[in-house]
Amino acid sequence: MKNNPISIIGSRKTKQISETIAHKIFVICAFFAVLSVASITVYMIINGTPALTKVGILELLFGSDWSPTAANPGYGILYVILTSIIGTAFAILIGVPIGVLTAVFLSDVAPKKLAAIVKPAVELLAGIPSVIYGLLGIMILNPLMYRLELAIFKDSATHQFTGGSNLISAVLVLAVMILPTVINISEASLRAVPEHLKAASLAVGASKIQTIFKVQIPAAKSGIITAVVLGVGRAIGEAMAISLVAGSAVNFPLPFNSVRFLTTAIVSEMGYAADTHREVLFTIGLVLFAFIMIINIILTRILKKGNKNDD
Amino acid sequence: MTDLSIMKKNKRIPEQLVYLLIYTSAAISVLLLAGIIGYVFIKGIGAVNWGFLTNVTSVLKGTTGIAGNIVNTLYIISITLLIAAPAGIGSAIYLNEYAKPGKLVRLIEFTTETLAGIPSILFGLFGMVFFGTTLGLGYSILTGSLTLTLMILPLITRNTQEALKTVPESYRNGALGLGTTKWYMIRTILLPSAMPGIITGIILAVGRIVGESAALLFTAGSGYYLPQSGQLIHKIFESGGTLSVQLYLSMSKGQYDIAFGIAAVLLMIVLIINFMTKLLSRKFDVSRKK
Repeated sequence: MKNNPISIIGSRKTKQISETIAHKIFVICAFFAVLSVASITVYMIINGTPALTKVGILELLFGSDWSPTAANPGYGILYVILTSIIGTAFAILIGVPIGVLTAVFLSDVAPKKLAAIVKPAVELLAGIPSVIYGLLGIMILNPLMYRLELAIFKDSATHQFTGGSNLISAVLVLAVMILPTVINISEASLRAVPEHLKAASLAVGASKIQTIFKVQIPAAKSGIITAVVLGVGRAIGEAMAISLVAGSAVNFPLPFNSVRFLTTAIVSEMGYAADTHREVLFTIGLVLFAFIMIINIILTRILKKGNKNDD
Repeated sequence: MTDLSIMKKNKRIPEQLVYLLIYTSAAISVLLLAGIIGYVFIKGIGAVNWGFLTNVTSVLKGTTGIAGNIVNTLYIISITLLIAAPAGIGSAIYLNEYAKPGKLVRLIEFTTETLAGIPSILFGLFGMVFFGTTLGLGYSILTGSLTLTLMILPLITRNTQEALKTVPESYRNGALGLGTTKWYMIRTILLPSAMPGIITGIILAVGRIVGESAALLFTAGSGYYLPQSGQLIHKIFESGGTLSVQLYLSMSKGQYDIAFGIAAVLLMIVLIINFMTKLLSRKFDVSRKK
C-alpha cells in the first residue's frame, strides 16, 4: 500500500479493488468446469459425427462387420457396443452383491478390529492404478482361462483359441475394479439410515439379519442404486485394465470369445488408425460419451429423488 | 434369549449362511489386496534396484531403467497441480462462500459431477484433438498436463468444498464481525483452517495422476529420455510417458520383467500416498476435537 495505512479512505479503495478482483477470479475458477464440459461435449460431437454421415448411421451402429483396415473396409461397431453393455452388466452382477454385502459387513456386522482391516483394504484397492489390474489380469487370469478353454473346447473344430484373453477375464477384472466404488457408497448410505428404524425393527423381534435386509437396505435404497450406477460408469469407462486382458479381435460377446470394448477399441487402434477408421474411433468415443451422459442424468435424478424423500 | 423361542430354531441355519456370505464378501476385498500387493512385490522387487531407478533404457548402453519416466511423472504432477489446484480451490471457494443457491450453482455443480464421471479415455481423446491439434501442442508433457487438469479438477474442488464446510460458521462471523473484508477473512481464517482437507485433496490428486494412463497415452505420448541440461523448460513441449504409461507399453510388448518392476514402484507410491492421507486426516480429526 502506497498510502498511509492509517488512512481509512485510501485503504478502503485498495481493499475494495482487491475484494472485487478476488471475487471475479473465483467466479472464473468456478466456470472452468462448465467451460470444460461444454467444450468436451462440442469436440466429441464435432469429431464423432463425420463418420456417422460418411459410413451411414445404421451401418455404423448396427453393422457387425468390423474390418477397418481391409481393402473393402467394414465399420460396423455393433459387437463393440454389445460387448461394453454385456461386459458391464456381468461385472455389475458379480461386483454389486459382493460390494453391498461388504458394505453391510462394514456398517453393521463387523467387530471393530475386523473393520479396521477391511476398510483400509478397500481404500487401497481404489487407489491401485488400473494398469496394474491389467498386468495381473494378463499374468494370472489369462493363463487360468486358457486352461479352462482348452478343457472345454477340446473337441471343438470351430472355436478360435484366444490364449485366455476373453470376455470372462475382462468381466472379472471389471468386477474387482468397481468393488471399492460400490462398497464405499453403499456403506455411507447404510450408515445414514436413521437409528430409530433399526431400533424399531429389532424391538418388534426381527433378527439382526432380518433388520438389515428388510429395513436397512430398503431404507438405503437410493444410495445403493447410486452406487450401482456409479459402478456402471466406472466399468463402462475403464480402458487400460482390460485392453490387453480382453483380447484383440472384435467378436460377438460370448464368454470365451476375444472381444473389444468401446474403450479398448479406442486404446488399441488410435495409435495407427487413419482417415475414416480414425473418425469411426471418435464415433465410438461419442457413443461412450452418450452412455456416460445418460448415466449422469440418471444419477442426478436419483439424487434429487433421495433429497425429496429426506424433506 | 432362551431356547424356548420357536422362531430362533427355524431361522438359525439360513441366518448363519447369510453371515457366512457377508464375511466371505468382506474377506474377498482383503484377500484381493493382499494377493495383488504380494504378487506384484514378489515378481517386481527383483527388477527394482538403483540402476533401474536411475538409468534410461538404451540399446546402445545396454541399460534398462525408468529414470526418464520418473522425471516425466514429476513434470506432469507439478504442471497439472500448478493449474488445477488454484482453479479447483477457487471454484470451491466461490461455490461455498460467494455463490447464492440457484440455477448457476446447480449448473456448476452438475458440470463438476459430470467432469468427475467422464472416463479418462475420453479426456485423452479430447486432449489429443483440443490441446494437441487445435492448440498445436502435439504429443507433449504440456498437452498431458492440461488434459489431466480437467480430470482432477472435480477431485480438488470437492475435497476443498468438504474442508470448507467443516469450518464452523462462527469463525466466519467472528472475523467479519471484527471488520475484516471477505477476501481477508478467506485468506487468513478459512483457508488455514481448511488446509489439511485441501492438502488431502491434492495428495489424492497426485495419486490419480500417478496411476493415470488412458488419458496420457494419446496426449503426453511415450518419450522416456531425460531432459538435457539447460533444456528443462523446453522439455514440457516434448513427449514424455509417465510410469503408468511405460508400464502399459512394456506390458503390451511382453516385457513383463520391466512391467512388474514399474508396478512395484507404482504400488510403493500408492502405499505412501495412502499413508500420508491417513496421517493428515487423523491430524485433522484431533484438531477438530480440541
